[in-house]
Amino acid sequence: MITKRIIPCLDVKNGRVVKGMNFTGLNDVSDPAELARKYSSAGADELVFYDITATHEGRKLFTDVLCAVASTVFIPLTVGGGINSTDDFDRVLKCGADKVSVNSGAIKDPSIISAAAKKYGSQCVVLSVDAKRVDGRYTVFSSGGRINTGMDALDWIKRGAASGAGEIVLNSIDTDGVKKGFDLEMLAAVCDTVDIPVIASGGAGSIGDFVTLFREVPGVDAGLAASVFHYGEIEIDNLKSALADSGIAVRRQTNV
Amino acid sequence: MTVIVDYGAGNLFSLKSSLHMIGAEAVVSSDPSDILAADRVILPGVGAFGDAAELLRRGGLDRAVTEKALSGGYILGICLGMQLLFDRSFEDGVHNGLGLIPGDVVPIKPRLPSGYKVPHIGWNSLEFPSTRSPLFASLNSGEYVYFVHSFFADCDSAFISARTDYGIPLTAAVERGNVMGCQFHPEKSGKAGLRILKAFCDMRS
Repeated sequence: MITKRIIPCLDVKNGRVVKGMNFTGLNDVSDPAELARKYSSAGADELVFYDITATHEGRKLFTDVLCAVASTVFIPLTVGGGINSTDDFDRVLKCGADKVSVNSGAIKDPSIISAAAKKYGSQCVVLSVDAKRVDGRYTVFSSGGRINTGMDALDWIKRGAASGAGEIVLNSIDTDGVKKGFDLEMLAAVCDTVDIPVIASGGAGSIGDFVTLFREVPGVDAGLAASVFHYGEIEIDNLKSALADSGIAVRRQTNV
Repeated sequence: MTVIVDYGAGNLFSLKSSLHMIGAEAVVSSDPSDILAADRVILPGVGAFGDAAELLRRGGLDRAVTEKALSGGYILGICLGMQLLFDRSFEDGVHNGLGLIPGDVVPIKPRLPSGYKVPHIGWNSLEFPSTRSPLFASLNSGEYVYFVHSFFADCDSAFISARTDYGIPLTAAVERGNVMGCQFHPEKSGKAGLRILKAFCDMRS
């Protein structure tokens, strides 16, 4: 039976992992390769790396980090941040990434989704969307949640899926950093809109939040979080045990 | 020596790293003579079937892999590489594969019950037939591996060495003598995947 995935997300700046609260106030947490190995052996199903550097030197450091991770960690790796062209896809796929997530780059030029899907396959293209309620409507924000694009999030997601995106990451700005649970309402709306996998992001504060997520919105395929894992507030193996105890199918590792 | 066939379809970084991790001697090559000289050949692949089949033919790699297989060399196709082992695929038209295993590669979508999404992405468990392939000797039944695909191999059950349940039973691995294939990605399947690759790299003819 297909399992629900648990995905730690690592924001990387200058070769180090950071996590913001509501996208501001970054704190250096740890070494990406070290964290990646720790998460993988604890049972993480996948890892996401967001490159939040803007400089050329930062980009080079990021791909070095990615290569180091992919040399020792053998679970799927998704990369996002600063992806504006298929050349950017190339750059990270060569270092062992399996999927590439586009966000602001696709808002600027939506054709990147279809171009990348044609070149690398839909399974490689993840559309990441930062959305927030504005006047009662789910609205897409770009540039790390700073700029209101005015676009309707559900329309944008539908369009992304039709263009060839293979997965959606929905990050609710309304719940991100608050640690009071995922945005179940927004996620349910997205799951009703597309029939490709949906990854929930933003708001995880406790193990119970993941149980609630998969129980209340069965269409959600994976839960993504950062700080609760980085700061040890949730241990992944405990989380998986709790999900299994609640009757939610998760991958357990066997040691032979 | 294990040769990873490089024909431009898909990224080999993780596969190469995973073989390095298990201590297997492996090289990446696009030279047919390396394939013919290899003890074992891994045929990877990501992307569209038609393009990949064309790339294989262009480099004369289709003939080298076929010759290797017919002379008893161990072949392991991974994901699209597994699909290429079959007669033909119905992905975006009809395309011929290597024909090393009888069967067709067909879309999953029309066969699925409602509520199941395509691509089939994520960790799913393996079930084995009563005669276990040596490839999976060190695995427990129900062990999880990582899948990402929208097409699957429709073939005689005699060639199916593992299945996974996705609303319907899907072909997860195939085997016809020395020719083997995994629909999932062992190089992305954690410890279970590394054990599968180790079993393949330990095969001796």
